[in-house]
Amino acid sequence: MSTVITIARRELEAYFVSPIAYIVSAAFLVISGYLFSLILIDLHQASLEILFANIIVTLLFITPLLTMRLLADEQRMGTLEVLMTAPVRDWEVVVGKFLAALGLFGVMLLFTLFYPLLIWRFGGNPDPGPLISGYLGLLLMAGAMLAIGTLTSTMTSNQMVAAVLCFGILLMLWLVDAASRVAPSLAGVLTELSLRERYDDFARGAINLEDVVYYLSIVGGALFIATRVLESRRYRV
Amino acid sequence: MIEARGLTRRFGRHRAIEDISFRVEKGEILGFLGPNGAGKTTTMRILTGYLPATEGSASIAGYDVFHHSLEARRNIGYLPENVPLYPEMTVAGYLDYMARLRRLPERRQAIQRAMQQVRLEDRASQPIAKLSKGYRQRVGLAQALLHDPPVLILDEPTVGLDPRQIIEVRELIRSLGGEGERTIILSTHILPEVSELCQRIIILNEGRIAAIDTLAELTARLQDTNRIHLHLQQPSADSVEQIRALEGVMAVQEKGGGVFEVQSSRDHDIRPSLAALATGQGWGVLELRPVTLSMEEIFLRFTTGGQQPATPADQAANGAGNQEEAQAGDRAGNQEEEPLSGEPEPTPDPGP
Repeated sequence: MSTVITIARRELEAYFVSPIAYIVSAAFLVISGYLFSLILIDLHQASLEILFANIIVTLLFITPLLTMRLLADEQRMGTLEVLMTAPVRDWEVVVGKFLAALGLFGVMLLFTLFYPLLIWRFGGNPDPGPLISGYLGLLLMAGAMLAIGTLTSTMTSNQMVAAVLCFGILLMLWLVDAASRVAPSLAGVLTELSLRERYDDFARGAINLEDVVYYLSIVGGALFIATRVLESRRYRV
Repeated sequence: MIEARGLTRRFGRHRAIEDISFRVEKGEILGFLGPNGAGKTTTMRILTGYLPATEGSASIAGYDVFHHSLEARRNIGYLPENVPLYPEMTVAGYLDYMARLRRLPERRQAIQRAMQQVRLEDRASQPIAKLSKGYRQRVGLAQALLHDPPVLILDEPTVGLDPRQIIEVRELIRSLGGEGERTIILSTHILPEVSELCQRIIILNEGRIAAIDTLAELTARLQDTNRIHLHLQQPSADSVEQIRALEGVMAVQEKGGGVFEVQSSRDHDIRPSLAALATGQGWGVLELRPVTLSMEEIFLRFTTGGQQPATPADQAANGAGNQEEAQAGDRAGNQEEEPLSGEPEPTPDPGP
C-alpha cells in the first residue's frame, strides 16, 4: 500500500506543477459558481439538487483532461521503464495514478462546499441529507469516470488519444439509455447502464446500494483492465 | 551473478535477439558491443524484467527475472538508454521518490551516498529540466545506485555526452566496479569504451552472439601471425632482403618513408633479432612495436561474415550455456563459408 501512496503523491505533485490542473480546476469552479448563482437567483431554493444535476455534465469534459497524462506521458517519456523495473507491481502503479486523479478532483470538490456554506450563512437551511448524498454521488461518479480515463491512458503514449478515447467511452455510457425508445424491451437494462441516470437518486437524497455498487464496479473493472493492459505492454512491440 | 540461457525475443515476425546465453560472475564488468539494432537494449530489458523473453530464461543473483521478478528487480540498478527522468522534479525530489518506491529503510543516507558517488550534491535542489545532459546522466546513475545493488545494468551510459563527460562517466563506472563487489553489464557501440572498462566482451550482431571473450583472446583468435611495425631512419637499399633473411620472418612489406611491416609466425618473437640487425647495420631504429588489431578491426571482423566458430574456451566460460553455444558455433561455422570481404557489410537496422 505504501507504494501506491508514493506513486499517488508524486502524481499529485506533478498535477500542481502543470498548468492543466489549474486550468481545469478554475474552469470547473467558474462554471459551477455560475450555475450556482443562476439557480439561486432564479429559484430561491436552499438546495443544491439542481446544481448537482448540472455539475455532472462538466465531469464529462474535465475527467478526460485530468487522466490523460497519467500513464500516457510516462510511456512517451520512457519513465515507465524506470518505474516498471523498480520492485513495483503493475496494479500499484495503476491504483496510485487513479488515486492521484481522484484526490485532485476531491480538492476541486472541496472548493464547491463554499456554496452550501453561503446558503447557510445567509439564512437558508439546506437539508443535509441530499447534500451528503449528492456529494457522495459526485465522488462515486467522478471515480468511475476517472477510472475509465486511467484505463485509456494506459493504452497509448499520446495524451490526446487517451483523452479522446476516454471522452468517447464516457459519452457512450452517458447516452446509452437514449436507445430505449428504439428498443423498448431493452429500456430497463440500458437505463441501468447509464452513468447519468444512476446519479438521479443521489441528487434527490437517496443512497441506493445498487447505485454505489454500479459506480464501484466500473472503478474496479476499469482499473483491473488497466492493470492487464499495462502487463500486456510487455508482450506487445 | 547474472545468467542468461537461450534468450530469444520476437516482435511479431521479427527476431530481436536469438539464443543469447552467457554468464557473468560476481565483480565482473561485461560489455555488450554491437551496431544499433543488434539486440543490446532488448537483452538488457529482458534482464531487468521490463520485457519477457519469448524463449529462454535469465536469472539475477539467483532469482529468475520472470518468475521472481520483484526479487530480481531489487538486485538490479538500471540505467535505461536516453535516461528517462521527470523534468518537473528536483534532483533530490526524484531520488526521494525512487527511494520510496524501493522502500529503502534509510532514505536520506541512501540519497546522500548515491549523490556523493556521482558527485551530484551541489545540484540536489535543481529541477531536472534545467540540468545538462551530463548531469542528467548522473541523476540516472544515482537512481540506479540508490539501493546499492549488486548488479548494475547500464544501457549506453555515455551516449550523447561531450568528451570530458564521457571520461568522467567512464571513471565513475570503473570506480563502481572497482571494489569487485558489483557486477556490471554495459552496452555501447563505442569501441574504446569496452576495451577500457570491460573484462569480457560480448559482440552482438543481428540479435546473435558473434563472440564472447576477453579482449586479449578476441585479438589472439583473429591474429594468426605476429606483425611488427618498424620505422628506420636510414634504411639501406637491401634492408628488405636482409630482414627477410632473418629466422622466423614470413613476409616484409615496405611502406615507404622508412616504415616496414614485418610478419612472423606466432610462436616466434623476432623483435630481438630484428633490433640487433637494424642496430648492427646502422639503420637507426626510430620505432619498433608489435601491431595489434584495433577494437574496430576486431569488431568488424566479428560482425561482417568473418565470424569464427566458438572456441572451447567460450563454452567453458558459459557453463550452463554449453549446448546453445555449441549450436551458435555451428551456425557461425557455416557462415564461415561465405566469402570474406574486406568491406564492412552494412548492418540493416531492423527497427523497433
